[in-house]
Amino acid sequence: MSKAIEKKANLQIKRDLCKGCKICVQFCPKDVLTMEGGKVKIKDIEKCIECGLCELRCPDYAIFLGGSEDEE
Amino acid sequence: MASKLIKDYFRTDKLPHIWCPGCGHGILMRSVAQAIDNLGLDKDKVCIVSGIGCSSRAPGYMDFNTLHTTHGRALAFATGVKLARPELEVIVVTGDGDCAAIGGNHLIHAARRNINITTVVFNNNIYGMTGGQYSPTTPTNEFGTTAPYGNIDKPFDIPALAGAAGATYTARGTAYHAKQLTKLVEKGIKNKGFSLIEGISICPTYYGRKNKKGSAVDMMNWLKDNAVDIKVAEKLPKEKLEGKFLIGEFKNTTEPEYTEEYMKIIERFQKER
Ligand SMILES: Cc1ncc(C[n+]2csc(CCOP(=O)(O)OP(=O)(O)O)c2C)c(N)n1
Ligand code: SF4
Ligand code: SF4
Ligand code: SF4
Ligand SMILES: [Mg+2]
Repeated sequence: MSKAIEKKANLQIKRDLCKGCKICVQFCPKDVLTMEGGKVKIKDIEKCIECGLCELRCPDYAIFLGGSEDEE
Repeated sequence: MASKLIKDYFRTDKLPHIWCPGCGHGILMRSVAQAIDNLGLDKDKVCIVSGIGCSSRAPGYMDFNTLHTTHGRALAFATGVKLARPELEVIVVTGDGDCAAIGGNHLIHAARRNINITTVVFNNNIYGMTGGQYSPTTPTNEFGTTAPYGNIDKPFDIPALAGAAGATYTARGTAYHAKQLTKLVEKGIKNKGFSLIEGISICPTYYGRKNKKGSAVDMMNWLKDNAVDIKVAEKLPKEKLEGKFLIGEFKNTTEPEYTEEYMKIIERFQKER
């Protein structure tokens, strides 16, 4: 469930922490994110410029840049 | 399992926090941790104190010395901590109700003393925790469960109140302008004296619903569209500021600090012994 998603830009999502408020989706300047099943989902990682605005404004710390898989 | 900032400064086993989806408090709490990180403070030399309210739950998640006290009394407890252990960086996290209603007197007197405490008010214009009663920052004509026909009170401007009472650093940021808020909290912590930083939060569940403000995203957009930086505001004609509110740094001065003055007296008598 809380499996980290790691792609080109090292953007990670913790679905178990996401409460589905859509703040990150709305204020992402590059339209990288979308919602699925009431939680955030990466739509197009290629467009991510790693600006960190999603991380800055996520009230639940469910989306962030950096980190690695082995922390799971 | 979380970002570096969250791992370093939060009790991750306590997450997810209890706040509602889209509650601005989580954004503000992160900004406070980011400010502490940017200043490179020793975690063990920081004490975070709160009262009661949704906002006051913050120290439960923050991995420092923490104190969750009684409603309105965060600053009274914080004053005790600061006088007993002046070397600690004491940070109060409080709500608009906690600090400006029941705790209003503690606020003005802590400000008057210019005691070296940094207070961060998570202002969501409502009593969130108890179900949406109007608070001292609910705008006139807006609704709360205790103002079903509209609030007839005038709201407090908390930074102005604290500044007038003697706080030497006052500022306002918002959950939308989180980066700027971090900087303001940093400067507040660095100020040797009483600092008050108001962080405008969003409460989609009670304030938002009662006042038809829409979703968390709508409320964030409202902050984005209605906050004007004080530096920009100075150059704008009055009409452009109609219905807007100011963010940025309002006061930054130097005055004698309370614990230092107190220690001077102690030292004086110790010398005479
Ligand atoms: C002495 C006392 N009076 C009243 C209460 C009930 N009470 C709990 S939280 C609260 C208001 C909190 O509002 P605020 O500080 O704005 O925090 P928010 O929940 O909005 O973040 C009140 C009145 C209490 N716990 N203790
Ligand atoms: S880092 Fe920036 S561009 Fe990438 S998803 Fe987050 S907000 Fe969008
Ligand atoms: S901002 Fe955070 S909690 Fe809200 S939808 Fe995005 S990841 Fe989920
Ligand atoms: S009631 Fe309001 S302030 Fe309290 S957690 Fe919910 S959204 Fe946040
Ligand atoms: Mg409140």
